[in-house]
Amino acid sequence: MKPPTFDYVRPASVAEAIDALAAHPDSKVLAGGQSLIPMMNMRLARPTALVDIGRLDELAGIEANGSLRVGATARQSTVLENEQVGRRWPLITAALVHVGHPATRARGTFGGSIAHGEPASELPAVMLACDARFLLRGGSGEREVAADDFFVGHYTTVLADDELLVQVEVPDPAGSAWGFGEIVRRHGDYALAGAAVRLAVDGDGTVEEARVALFGVSGRPIRATAAEEHLLGTRLGDERAAAEAGRAALSGTEVTDDSFVSATYRHDAAAAVVERALLEAALRRRGTN
Amino acid sequence: METKQGTVAVTLTVNGEKRVGVAEPRMLLSDFLRHGLGMTGTHVGCEQGVCGACTVLIDGQPGRSCLAFAVQVEGATVDTVEGMAEPGELSDVQQAFRAEHGLQCGFCTPGFLASTQALLEQNPDPTDDEIREYLSGNVCRCTGYQGIIAAVRRVATERKAASHDA
Ligand SMILES: Cc1cc2nc3c(=O)[nH]c(=O)nc-3n(C[C@@H](O)[C@H](O)[C@H](O)COP(=O)(O)OP(=O)(O)OC[C@H]3O[C@@H](n4cnc5c(N)ncnc54)[C@H](O)[C@@H]3O)c2cc1C
Ligand code: FES
Ligand code: FES
Repeated sequence: MKPPTFDYVRPASVAEAIDALAAHPDSKVLAGGQSLIPMMNMRLARPTALVDIGRLDELAGIEANGSLRVGATARQSTVLENEQVGRRWPLITAALVHVGHPATRARGTFGGSIAHGEPASELPAVMLACDARFLLRGGSGEREVAADDFFVGHYTTVLADDELLVQVEVPDPAGSAWGFGEIVRRHGDYALAGAAVRLAVDGDGTVEEARVALFGVSGRPIRATAAEEHLLGTRLGDERAAAEAGRAALSGTEVTDDSFVSATYRHDAAAAVVERALLEAALRRRGTN
Repeated sequence: METKQGTVAVTLTVNGEKRVGVAEPRMLLSDFLRHGLGMTGTHVGCEQGVCGACTVLIDGQPGRSCLAFAVQVEGATVDTVEGMAEPGELSDVQQAFRAEHGLQCGFCTPGFLASTQALLEQNPDPTDDEIREYLSGNVCRCTGYQGIIAAVRRVATERKAASHDA
């Protein structure tokens, strides 16, 4: 199908973009267009104006001094190929391989994947696991929001209509162990269930801090706090602890039941991906030490 | 700030030639190429980004032409299947698809050719797994993919041999 008509605005700066969003009611930000344009083609979205931030160079930078700062419109493929990211934030690189395909990653933006608020997307969960912070700028100024507080529900975040996600900041994960896994029907599809985990361990391999994030299982990406609590004080790579954490992962969560798979399937799938991601984290750590 | 309403002129460099057409902001790049410029080599299957038939190279990178508005890529360089070889000739990638039965009906082929071109530029000697992963965003309902993978492998091998000979 063809998209409905709209006015096209190409601002020359972030400030102009914010003014344009405020000036056009029912407008939307256009970044890489890899989610918004399909929705418009299917007429699931009918914005009256699009504010194209895709060419704003001021939003496209990647900086890795201490923490990682990724501009919202850095292309997914650019982040995937960035060597510093691969070396110091390998969880992000590992996840990006699963975000669509080369042709969607070349246009799709890092920030767009987060701002879109798709619950089965990889990056939002990775942001939770990494304790990322988002810099937002809008008509009423600038604010910083933790990933934990950003995602509200299906395609809904705390972003206001005239607000842009401008930058993503990811702390240095120095020395932490990590794992990532997802269950999909075909490579590059949205996940039926997926997990991103990051663990801080002491010199003896005891887990001191655990962040277990899930995607594809609920209306938004979530932290599996019950699984995290289970892991504290256990040894990294303890098979029983990993299995128990997997089983605990979805306790208390309303699990998605849809035309692809049932909630029961997702329960089992989530338990499996969490367990595998935890064991993989331990294996990888042994491999590098 | 630039605001575009109604019908506007769009300039692109398509297969090395400057082309100007008119488009409403909502006109997809795929339709701009096919209807605006009469270049029907780029195929449209799903218009949802899923099938990959419409894949072209935008500023050298693979992109779904059904997931870009023509106005959005104003000024860009676009390469389509029409520009892969001189009229009446086939590029090495096209020849390999023919030799390895990498196509039957041909609907998906322009997209596969664009993706293959991009893959081999980034990675001149991909493994079978890398080929499969890179082409996972292109769907073919006819060939069963084996011929397509063999075609990509053939181009890589031929290019390697040619560079050794040179
Ligand atoms: C075939 C296919 C497969 C895919 N598979 C996956 C997958 O497996 N996993 C996955 O995660 N994604 C997948 N995607 C979606 C991914 O490719 C998109 O790139 C991403 O979801 C959106 O990023 P974008 O830059 O394209 O944003 P757009 O499509 O331009 O925008 C998406 C939404 O976010 C808003 N937005 C974008 N940027 C900002 C910003 N900086 N500030 C405020 N609001 C903003 C827009 O207004 C819009 O509502 C797939 C897409 C396709 C076509
Ligand atoms: S027509 Fe563009 S991906 Fe199918
Ligand atoms: S050759 Fe017919 S769809 Fe691929």
